[in-house]
Amino acid sequence: MSKTVYEKLKENDPEIPKSKILDALESQDLSVEFDDALENEMVLNMGPQHPATHGVLRLLISLDGETIKKAVPDLGYLHRGYEKLAENMSYHEFIPHTDRLDYLQPVANNIAYTLAVEKLLNLEVPERGQYVRTISAELGRIQSHLIAYGTTVMDTGGLTPFLWAMREREKILDIYDMYIGVRFTTSYSRIGGVAQDITDEALRAITKFIDEFPGYLKEMRNIIERNRVFVDRLEGIGYMSKEDVINYGITGPILRAAGIDSDLRKDEPYLVYDKVDFDVPTATESDSLARFWLRFEEMYQSVKIIRQCIEKMPKGPVNALAPKKALPKKEKIYTKMEELIHDFMLINFGQNPPVGESYGAVESSKGELGFYIISDGTGHPFRTKIHSPSFCNLQSLPVMLKDAFISDSVVIIGGLDPVMGEADK
Amino acid sequence: MNEDRLNLIKEKLSGYGAEFYDVNGTPGVITTPENVVKVCETLKNDSTISFEQCRDAVSVDRFKKQNRFEVIYSLYSLAHRDRLFVKVLIPDVKNPATPSLTGLWNSVNWYEREAYDMMGIVFTGHPDMRRIYMPEEFEHYPLRKDFPLMGIPGSLPLPKK
Repeated sequence: MSKTVYEKLKENDPEIPKSKILDALESQDLSVEFDDALENEMVLNMGPQHPATHGVLRLLISLDGETIKKAVPDLGYLHRGYEKLAENMSYHEFIPHTDRLDYLQPVANNIAYTLAVEKLLNLEVPERGQYVRTISAELGRIQSHLIAYGTTVMDTGGLTPFLWAMREREKILDIYDMYIGVRFTTSYSRIGGVAQDITDEALRAITKFIDEFPGYLKEMRNIIERNRVFVDRLEGIGYMSKEDVINYGITGPILRAAGIDSDLRKDEPYLVYDKVDFDVPTATESDSLARFWLRFEEMYQSVKIIRQCIEKMPKGPVNALAPKKALPKKEKIYTKMEELIHDFMLINFGQNPPVGESYGAVESSKGELGFYIISDGTGHPFRTKIHSPSFCNLQSLPVMLKDAFISDSVVIIGGLDPVMGEADK
Repeated sequence: MNEDRLNLIKEKLSGYGAEFYDVNGTPGVITTPENVVKVCETLKNDSTISFEQCRDAVSVDRFKKQNRFEVIYSLYSLAHRDRLFVKVLIPDVKNPATPSLTGLWNSVNWYEREAYDMMGIVFTGHPDMRRIYMPEEFEHYPLRKDFPLMGIPGSLPLPKK
């Protein structure tokens, strides 16, 4: 028989009077005692509707006091079955669906998908088209990293930098509006090129943006770089050893923050990344702070890439001239018979790539984003597998959360920067 | 991947009867459930090959009488910066099963769970063989070719009116 609360209090202080509230408490049948409650492990359910999990990630956490002992992520709250959908539509029809994977940078997804299909079709995009794609993809990277920057600072309690990040991001969306026609779900790339050529007006806007942006980046850095609260919340949090990072198949900024300069833009150059000069920033600390500043450095590199692309971009067509594979121009469809026939065939029956398998991958802002496409020679892919970086990176969450404080879980998830649209497919 | 390296891999894997195929310039190895663990052990631990990362696992339903299911592991070498696919052909059509590679790469854990969820391929020796996307009480495997696009009515119980 365990002692009541009053008996315990009386051991310490024999003359303590018995208050009415203790009477009321003891009269209830309490199965959990005060001491036991602290000793027992507590199971906490975090999410799927939780502001700090950045989407619909659910975590089951086992707590000892404030320390996380075990954590199990639960996915699937945003599972829409895109891989199944892809099997039931033509190659072109799937492009708008790729916007909804990593919705923070839709352009990169469009490009990754079309690159994989173009590999399958053995189709070469004209040089200007490749430059336009590179510019769009790098704007997308800035767009995504700005969100990662803003939300991480907001998670630690700073609201101002988030609004600054959103202000800059808004400019990128306006630029997209100028030459793509859509702010957010862009669906910009087409098989064999892009939807439409970039305009001079948009190029001027991009030039203006990249001229001003490094100054704003400096401001964004200054406001938090030596902020005691911010640095203390992130430094050494979410550490993962280099061996673990490799073994868990992690890609992107988290891998580079562990000291490995793996970047598909350098290792397997696609688009025009072999023609521009840029660095791959790395860090060795492998904690949330290193990941945070690494993303920051990458934005500078993106600016550098965009500037070179605008200088080097040649004139010419943006779409490949391949009647059986790429869509013809709209004005020609209305005036020419041949183009009308090809357009009709492509829209209704799709491209018929040779039987085979193809893998196309790009370095998105979160890591390696790839599409493994199996073709059986018909207009529909036989199988489309989406290799999403968020899904692979999330797997390391239990390792990072182990023995961390519960309040740090927010920062650790922010450091991983997952997008659930992509992780859940 | 250059010729020398591919020939080296071919030489090291010659004992396991592995065949090679091509994925748009990236080589791939075709193997069976009996050999896959040994093949991957060689690919990972041999210091001259060293594929340190397994970045993805693709499951395929070919919908035919033999070798219906396939699992394609995507391996990446950080030392050599190249990629190799390892394709496992699973002969059993009724109860597809293949040994798990979780002992070699931790990352395989979720990839195999996804393949199990979507295709119903069981990975023997996997520490946590649960569904990952679909609800636990779901009985079908949605990415199999005989699962209709519109779903199966009643397969997910809805709340009563």
